[in-house]
Amino acid sequence: MSLGPYASFIVSSYLLVALVVLILIGWIALDYRQQRARLRELEASGVTRRSGRGAADLS
Amino acid sequence: MTLIDLANPTRFLSLTAKILPWLAAATALLLAIGLYQSAMAPDDYQQGATVKIMFIHVPNAWLSMFVWGVMSLSALGTLVWRHPLADVSAKAAAPIGAAFTFLALVTGSLWGRPMWGTYWEWDARLTSVLILFLMYLGLIALWRAVEDPSRAARAAAVLTLVGAINIPIIKFSVDWWNTLHQPASVLRMGGSTLDKAFLIPLLVMAVAFSLLFITLHLAAMRNEILRRRVRALQMQQASQPRA
Repeated sequence: MSLGPYASFIVSSYLLVALVVLILIGWIALDYRQQRARLRELEASGVTRRSGRGAADLS
Repeated sequence: MTLIDLANPTRFLSLTAKILPWLAAATALLLAIGLYQSAMAPDDYQQGATVKIMFIHVPNAWLSMFVWGVMSLSALGTLVWRHPLADVSAKAAAPIGAAFTFLALVTGSLWGRPMWGTYWEWDARLTSVLILFLMYLGLIALWRAVEDPSRAARAAAVLTLVGAINIPIIKFSVDWWNTLHQPASVLRMGGSTLDKAFLIPLLVMAVAFSLLFITLHLAAMRNEILRRRVRALQMQQASQPRA
């Protein structure tokens, strides 16, 4: 597969898309872990939801 | 399962926990197929190998508008139907839409330099997409500026619906004004003008990126629901009398 004289533009485009998508995935995954950790901390300190269910329980 | 069933955040979280792994796997598989097809696609007789940029530029450009459409529906859900998850959906979609719009702008620019001889031109299509990107940033800033999520939701919903006027302007800008940007070649009356060698990888990539959006959107909505639970518990903790 030859990308011709504009290979740098093509490769840069694909690398940029990969980078931004990976940042989005990483940011969302990190945010999820942070929220679950905060919920567990709050529950451990004795604060519970009115329903009585665990706030970090997703089922 | 109806929209009313999903109005219960706990039920929504349960559903997303079940379907997110499958969605992520389907997205990865389709992206792999799309990337392979993009790599194997022949050079265009005019664009040469730079046609490969189209396989990532066009899906991002479509999604930049589609995500605003999703946010507009969510805005109606907030203002008209008062669906409990509508503003969660809108808030979760905004950063993802901003990312797709950014990628559409930059990959378009990287395609434009070798093909048009310039990275940027202040024509109707490029300028209206830049405005869309700035509106995404404005919405994200608004969500962050107002602490109470329900107050922020109403203001953001109004701004989203006002901003929706830009979507048909982007879509038809190439027909209404003289622009450097080529007219629609896939989604047009009379069918696509693209050869199958380019159309199939493009459509596979478009479906893959759409699945990517759905996966990220559901995951971000799940995070937002958890964030609101954290906020509610923190307020509950602050209101409890200290011993």
